Amino acid sequence: MDVLSQLQRQLADFLASLYREGFVDDQFTQLQKLQDESSPDFVMEVVSLFFEDCEKLVNNMAKVLEQQVVDFKQVDSHVHQLKGSSSSIGAARIRNVCIAFKTFCEGQNREGCLRCLQQVNHEHAQLKANLQSLFTLERQIVAAGGSVPAMQ
Amino acid sequence: MANSFSSSCSPSMKFDFDEKPHVLAADDNLIDRKVIERLFINSTCKVTTTENGKRVLEYLGLADGQHPNHNDLKVNLIITDYSMPGMTGYELLKRIKESPTMKEIPVVVVSSENIPTRINQCMQGGAQEFLLKPLRLSDATKLRCHIKKLNNPLQGGFAGEDDHA
Repeated sequence: MDVLSQLQRQLADFLASLYREGFVDDQFTQLQKLQDESSPDFVMEVVSLFFEDCEKLVNNMAKVLEQQVVDFKQVDSHVHQLKGSSSSIGAARIRNVCIAFKTFCEGQNREGCLRCLQQVNHEHAQLKANLQSLFTLERQIVAAGGSVPAMQ
Repeated sequence: MANSFSSSCSPSMKFDFDEKPHVLAADDNLIDRKVIERLFINSTCKVTTTENGKRVLEYLGLADGQHPNHNDLKVNLIITDYSMPGMTGYELLKRIKESPTMKEIPVVVVSSENIPTRINQCMQGGAQEFLLKPLRLSDATKLRCHIKKLNNPLQGGFAGEDDHA
């Protein structure tokens, strides 16, 4: 197999594993379909925005949860934002944590919320690393003269 | 759905007046704004995104103290998130439908939550459609089709379905 085919094979396998392990879902595929010559970096841009937004929301939530009296409505509002964003880019694991997170907010459970916050951080780091690997592979393919079609 | 129209509709269909339809979108979430923008640009529309209902009203010239500026303004579709700070998508919908100059613009409400009473409320309020987030390519294509039909009544349009005069 030549280098390009090998890389493409690697990409396909890697992407398949991300879906299989629930890191991303079909909405991520939708984003890839939106990427074309007129917006070649669309996925990377949206994903970057998401990670920035996620970090900001997590920091805000951490501050609120540190208070003597926790304003759970505020935490819930941030979780709602994060749930929406993660859903829009197909970050399935993060979205799922948010679902549990919301329940803890509604139950005014500080410990539960803090655990979820930790989980969000963990998933954020994992997804970031995974997507960075994905984008690197894509760049290598393009550099080797190939193109990166959207999956399915 | 496609069966109710006499002609097929594809994104490559040339828009009647050689102009791209203009979509005005409101969503307080930055990522959602970016996705909506690309969804509609890819469906050959011009897109303006705003953060909330107040900005939409200002854009349309419907904010308090403004005069409607419908002469050079062309908006073919308004898409609004339901949950926004300050003014919900439903409240925005009502304001638009109450305006003699803007009420004809189709308004689509989107929400991440599937709440039947909310959906009914919006449809009763005159929404063209209520869609669940996250929005997909097929949603944009469908809406793009609607815009074309609405602007070209000779092709069948929504003549029989447009009941929010």
